[in-house]
Amino acid sequence: MPQHQEQKKLTNNQKKFNPNVAMVLSILLAGLGQIYNKRYMKGISFVILEIAFILATFDFLWLGLWGIITLGTIPGVDHSIYLLVYGIVSLILITFAIMLYIFNVRDARKQAILLNNGWQPPTFKQAIKNSYDKAFPYIMTAPGLVLLIFTVVFPLLFAVALAFTNYDLYNSPPRNLVEWIGFNNFKDLATVPIWQNTFISVFSWTIIWTVVATSFQIVVGLILAVLVNDKRVKFKKTIRTILILPWAVPGFVSILIFAAMFNDEFGAINRDIIIPLIGGNGLPWLTDPTYTKIVLIMIQTWLGYPFVFALFSGVLQSISSEWYEAAEVDGATRLQKFRNITLPHVLFATAPLLIIQYTTNFNNFNIIYLFNEGGPAVQGQNAGGTDILISWVYKLTFDTNNYSMAAAISLIIGLIVSVFAFFQFRRTNSFKEEGNI
Amino acid sequence: MSPKLKSALELTGIYAIFVFMTVIILYPIVWAIGMSLNPGQSLYSSSIIPENWSLEHYKWLFTDPRSNYVTWYKNSMIVSGCAALFSVIMTSVVAFSFSRYKFVGRTSALYTFLILQMFPVMMAMVALYIFLHLVGLLDSLTGLILIYVGSQIPFNAWLVKGYLDTIPRELDEAARIDGAGHFTVFWRIVLPLAKPILAVVALFNFMTPLFDFILPSIVLNSPENYTIALGLFNFINDQFSNNFTRFTAGAILIAIPVAVVYLFLQRYLISGLTAGGTKG
Repeated sequence: MPQHQEQKKLTNNQKKFNPNVAMVLSILLAGLGQIYNKRYMKGISFVILEIAFILATFDFLWLGLWGIITLGTIPGVDHSIYLLVYGIVSLILITFAIMLYIFNVRDARKQAILLNNGWQPPTFKQAIKNSYDKAFPYIMTAPGLVLLIFTVVFPLLFAVALAFTNYDLYNSPPRNLVEWIGFNNFKDLATVPIWQNTFISVFSWTIIWTVVATSFQIVVGLILAVLVNDKRVKFKKTIRTILILPWAVPGFVSILIFAAMFNDEFGAINRDIIIPLIGGNGLPWLTDPTYTKIVLIMIQTWLGYPFVFALFSGVLQSISSEWYEAAEVDGATRLQKFRNITLPHVLFATAPLLIIQYTTNFNNFNIIYLFNEGGPAVQGQNAGGTDILISWVYKLTFDTNNYSMAAAISLIIGLIVSVFAFFQFRRTNSFKEEGNI
Repeated sequence: MSPKLKSALELTGIYAIFVFMTVIILYPIVWAIGMSLNPGQSLYSSSIIPENWSLEHYKWLFTDPRSNYVTWYKNSMIVSGCAALFSVIMTSVVAFSFSRYKFVGRTSALYTFLILQMFPVMMAMVALYIFLHLVGLLDSLTGLILIYVGSQIPFNAWLVKGYLDTIPRELDEAARIDGAGHFTVFWRIVLPLAKPILAVVALFNFMTPLFDFILPSIVLNSPENYTIALGLFNFINDQFSNNFTRFTAGAILIAIPVAVVYLFLQRYLISGLTAGGTKG
């Protein structure tokens, strides 16, 4: 009891710092709260930082914010796209400034409370060391983060913004202005016949391509891995090396070689295999969309199974043979052993990587574009017969300069990809492993 | 049918599948090698086993003044080398902070990385083009390297963090008690133990730029800045049948060293991926 009273007296004596006052002061001007808390060095450096930030960036932020709202007002003078870029950069800067500001306000309040509870503020030297400890992870991540913002975050935000503008060949700065047009690009995709037709056919082929090509890869890889793992097979090492070979050859080289082999007129497939064996003039591998699609799936299987094979082989070798022995005692058939022991083991260990395989193929630009540039052309749509969404975006961007529509389709790709991301999320447990410093 | 006969038949079937696969795998490769040794320039007259084979295409690549092959090779090595080096530095530093420190914004940054790694850089190609144009890095290898290094961070930071999490923290603590600072712990304790995964990161980021076609095709437009993938593609894209034999010669010269390295390292690649991947 006396102890408690003593403590109360002490706090009454020392209650010089009102946390709320500190908070309000630091909201008014960053650092004022810290000065009120008698942390002069800290407070003054905060004040200087804030003033410097405002002085250095005010004009730019103002231009950026004005620019992103209006996208320019005078054609020929205002460059809408640069204004949009400034606007996005301003928004990123402001986000960081707000985060720092919130940190400053919380810091002022927390320290006032701590001081009231009799906490001794560290000496200047100590404070420097403390803040170095606190800041260390930020210092380490800062360069990477800045680079990430400029090469990934900023371009993605920019693409999202473009999807809601009318930026194309005709509305293109510096001669003309770009305008915000809301969801019109998406409406066009859904209602204007040529966009609608193209979108439906490209979208459905993208899905078929992703599912079929990736599943083929996985199934072929799995079958081969199981076969090589068979106890009776000899020369395992040599067989594995040969089976992995397609992975070792650079993908773009293989695709271009395949493109030449499947050439309708002088390709090796028609000349050396189809015509001698079946006769006729060979098959229209590159001029008939159906044939091109079949070939694309076969080539992707060729290119992609070795990775899955190598992955599965590693897992198969690590499954303890006791499982199989126990199953044999119970009289399990081979199929049962495969379904109940091999498959669960293999899939459990590799599921995230398999999901990545699907997303990779969903955006597998290289094979589609390098094999036949998304062609052959098809009537009634403005994408090639084998274009997937991402190669369509590429063509819209660089062939027809229809940037805003390209961005709108990119956004749709992004939405689909985030569904995959969600599945990835649910498997993740790395968050539990927290640092302790 | 006796079990022995059945087993023998099965085994024959398995070997038959391997033979079939071997043919499918080797046919395009052998065909390409055959093409590169054909003296003519057109695919019409060339055959898989040339009658009078010659190395003229290989010679042409290196000696002809019209050939940029050596420059492309050099450009590719610069881009891949820098991308690999800076990726390892950036990624290890970021992953170390995420693995060992508790700081405000850590969890949300990790979630952001997880989402960002799903999006291909390609989705934002318009923006990258305009942005590089704006800062004057269009048609330069520097711009290309920056994008490679920046865009690999989310995926590889997760990969490396997953690996670092498996390195016991007791080691750090012991070092700290002995007076080691933050940077010493990173440099002397964690980094040496993380070598295997860093090798994987380096290899990935060396190979990706080497094989990438789309990003160089957006960023670079003068032939003396081309990387090898872009250069070879343009080789055959102009007049397909005319340059194809040269293309195969150039392609083989890049494919062989890469294939050898891959075959040697694939075991480490796989173990690195599963170690970081299943955890992440």
